[in-house]
Amino acid sequence: MTARIGVVTFPGTLDDQDSLRAVRVAGAEPVSLWHRDKDLHQVDAVILAGGFSYGDYLRAGAISRFSPVMETIIEQAKAGMPVLGICNGFQILTEAHLLPGAMLQNNHLHFICRDQKLRVENAETAWTSDYSAGQEISVPLKNMDGRYVADERVLDELEAEGRVAFRYVDVNPNGSLRDIAGITNAAGNVVGLMPHPEHAVEPLIGTGRTDGLGFFTSIIKKLVNA
Amino acid sequence: MARVVVDVMLKPEILDPQGQAVQRALPRLGFEGIADVRQGKRFELEVEGPVDDAALGRIHEMAETFLANTVIEDFTVKVEKAEESK
Repeated sequence: MTARIGVVTFPGTLDDQDSLRAVRVAGAEPVSLWHRDKDLHQVDAVILAGGFSYGDYLRAGAISRFSPVMETIIEQAKAGMPVLGICNGFQILTEAHLLPGAMLQNNHLHFICRDQKLRVENAETAWTSDYSAGQEISVPLKNMDGRYVADERVLDELEAEGRVAFRYVDVNPNGSLRDIAGITNAAGNVVGLMPHPEHAVEPLIGTGRTDGLGFFTSIIKKLVNA
Repeated sequence: MARVVVDVMLKPEILDPQGQAVQRALPRLGFEGIADVRQGKRFELEVEGPVDDAALGRIHEMAETFLANTVIEDFTVKVEKAEESK
């Protein structure tokens, strides 16, 4: 069985092609999904890719969150379908309240584009099982609105439940509270992060390493063994 | 037509680096005495029909679900002008 993994294109999405490619490189069947189409075309998992959907108007992810495809994705994610939100996809997941907290403009007000070291804190989610807890990886980071915020109660809850999935190492590039680079929902099927694993799946591009490939091999193993 | 204004502000505990950048620029421009600046958003809604409790209720719902993200922002709704019906 080959896993079918969908990647949504919204107006202004930039990284859908790289995400589709990463899915293919990892060995699954990539499926393009369109924001106006509620039908998920029998995919087993969905990736919300990076970019600037709707130009980040109002707030990053705020308009995409109400698109027809998101109606189905929100419903299916709550029923257990794996969803990965990368960068703008992470912003959409917080706006949709599938993940707690919110994303705000980087604290230094500059766009960032750099290789970023992360620590995988939770290697038990649907998207991280091919990593080990505590493993450090390096993948590209590029964003304007990357500052993760949530109130203290939510932050404490995330920490206590092991739901901080990724933390920035060496440098906090955007003022995210508690160095949080990505989080998971309680069930471990919905994961969001600011950095871009899909840009680091082949040695020729990205950081020159394939540190991001584990996201895609993790989900394929989960789906094929399901 | 009546205008309803929705003001959206970051919650007080949320860092506002844009507001800080504005505040820091002020002395250089000769504007002294401003201790703090916080930047928000203002939405001006031109409402068709009467601005009654039902209409304001819908606008409140719109602000809460869409115009503001209540995880990080607070909002206020006020009726700015109500022209006499002709």
